[in-house]
Amino acid sequence: MKNVNFCVIEGKSLGFYVGMAVLSFFILLGLFAAYNMEHHGHVITGMDNQIVWGMPHIFAIFLILAASGVLNVASISSVFRKVFYSPLARLSALLAITLLIGGLSVLLLDLGRPDRLLVAMTYYNFKSIFAWNIILYNGFIAICVLYLWFMMERRMQRYYPTVGLMAFIWRLILTTGTGSIFGFLIAREAHNAAIMAPLFIALSLSLGLAVFLIVLLIDCWGTHCSLGEGILHRPKTLLGVLIAGVFYFVLVYHLTHLYFTGRHGVEYFILAGGGVYTVLFWGGYLFLGTILPLLLLYHERFTHCRISIGLASLLTIIGGFSLLYVIIIGGQAYPLNIFPGKEIISSGFFDNATVHPYTPSSWEIMLGISGIAISAFATMLALKLLPLLPRSLADADIDDTFKD
Amino acid sequence: MNEELSPTQNRRDFLKTTTVVAGMTVVAPGILLYSVSQAYHEGAVSSDKRWGMLIDINKCSEGCNICTNACTVEHGLTEHVRDDIKPQWIRKVGLRDKQTGREFSLPMMCQHCENPPCTDVCPTGASFKRADGIVLVDRHICIGCRYCMMACPYKARSFVHEALENQKPHTPRGKGTVEACNLCVHRIDFGHGKKPACVEACEKTGHGAMLFGDIKDPNSEIYKKLREVSSTALRADMQLNPGVRYQGLSL
Repeated sequence: MKNVNFCVIEGKSLGFYVGMAVLSFFILLGLFAAYNMEHHGHVITGMDNQIVWGMPHIFAIFLILAASGVLNVASISSVFRKVFYSPLARLSALLAITLLIGGLSVLLLDLGRPDRLLVAMTYYNFKSIFAWNIILYNGFIAICVLYLWFMMERRMQRYYPTVGLMAFIWRLILTTGTGSIFGFLIAREAHNAAIMAPLFIALSLSLGLAVFLIVLLIDCWGTHCSLGEGILHRPKTLLGVLIAGVFYFVLVYHLTHLYFTGRHGVEYFILAGGGVYTVLFWGGYLFLGTILPLLLLYHERFTHCRISIGLASLLTIIGGFSLLYVIIIGGQAYPLNIFPGKEIISSGFFDNATVHPYTPSSWEIMLGISGIAISAFATMLALKLLPLLPRSLADADIDDTFKD
Repeated sequence: MNEELSPTQNRRDFLKTTTVVAGMTVVAPGILLYSVSQAYHEGAVSSDKRWGMLIDINKCSEGCNICTNACTVEHGLTEHVRDDIKPQWIRKVGLRDKQTGREFSLPMMCQHCENPPCTDVCPTGASFKRADGIVLVDRHICIGCRYCMMACPYKARSFVHEALENQKPHTPRGKGTVEACNLCVHRIDFGHGKKPACVEACEKTGHGAMLFGDIKDPNSEIYKKLREVSSTALRADMQLNPGVRYQGLSL
């Protein structure tokens, strides 16, 4: 196997400093939003007693899913022994850490009492999947740090596959936990389904790979590192498979609900009469996030173009965001069925609403975007400090073994 | 005869005495506090009781909000905020039967389930059920994640969206935490048999639609009534076994 040279990014260019400045600005905006939400209370957000989880949760769960999925590349190289992916494994593990930190920051700053972080870390109700997730998320960061260290430290190379396997299993459990946050909600018709766990796993895989490809393209563009078509081809094909995988689980989820008479109401709401949720499902998730990227990735006319790979990745992310919005917000917007067989004619608490309205406030969006900014900032900083990027990814620099 | 003690013996005795005194000073209060905390005192919460409520919807008058008003006054839920973020510990719901067209109304609050989903999902254990069946939120360890609000099948919980003023000493509340009906736990614990404010108010108007008591006590009125009439638990399909039951409601 040919040795791969890793290097740090120079980090002295104007582009680097401008990038860091822009990201710092977005992080500060997010902190400002969090301060205001803490100071004035959640009254300044679009969330209320009906829609209790809003835009920050979409961003946070997106980042957490992407963090788990972005480890695909490292897992394929160490667990499935496809050395072709080895040069990218370090970046993959780094992104898993930084994306998770970004996601958790948003989740933490949205809490009603973010100052009680210590309480969250010391009081555990082990029946709560949320409590388990706190352990799973922290454990994942620790394992990824170990993974990255073993990859970089020659003396630890022999343990590298073991820790790779651990990280692989851990992230499957982690995403199962994230999906189960919703799957375990017995009262919410749109959420209460065991398929949420595998659906979230599939979604994490596609979102993670899409984020990885975008970061790779940006890095190679920014650092002028040559990037061969060969190294892009395989992940690109895999991305298509993963997008189709998500579609399969979404299809089964809806078919199951359509089969249950009791859930026809919520299905009609999401698929036909839900306004923004219906538009986001068909237009955002299905058309923009599934059909279009598949066309871009597999159609003979676009498949060889680098722009189409970048665009397909971006669309996958847009599709994932739309799907999460439909699942998380749409699931709350559809009223609870507290009195089966009865029509609610009046209520002091919006029980009679056909849909609970929600408009995200700018504070929530600022907080959500800051999560992405935190991830990007940490990634850029790490790439400047540690040799995580291969010096070249040109086809000519990739050994025959890699091509296998 | 005076015995001359050697300096070594003196030092040894001194150390011995000091150790014993210091040990007692440190350990004794601990033992005392432990024994106090472990001691059974009369009126302690125990699972021999289960507080519950039976609501007769035939007696619940449409348009009457006396129970919700009483709750607002009792717990100081008086903040002037938007309707969608207003605290709702108890609310009136008007219903129409889809088949028969019969209309009626009922008060809706935390159902104080035997197996509450809110306590299951709470990451810190802030949502908890007392031994006597009252479901409460410990405001000191609630982190404001709102997962319990996602999990509650009855939409019985509210989140405090704004800073509060003029709180009642017996009902601690706090911005950024979740709250719900606590069955007027202060009245139960320190009120010498006082009923929850909503029940008391309903009785005063003469409606008497709400019956409160220990559903495990064979001598209590509610126990006898529950044996006598047919009552309904909301979303009984979820098998949460709520402590609040409705009489005259068929689902």
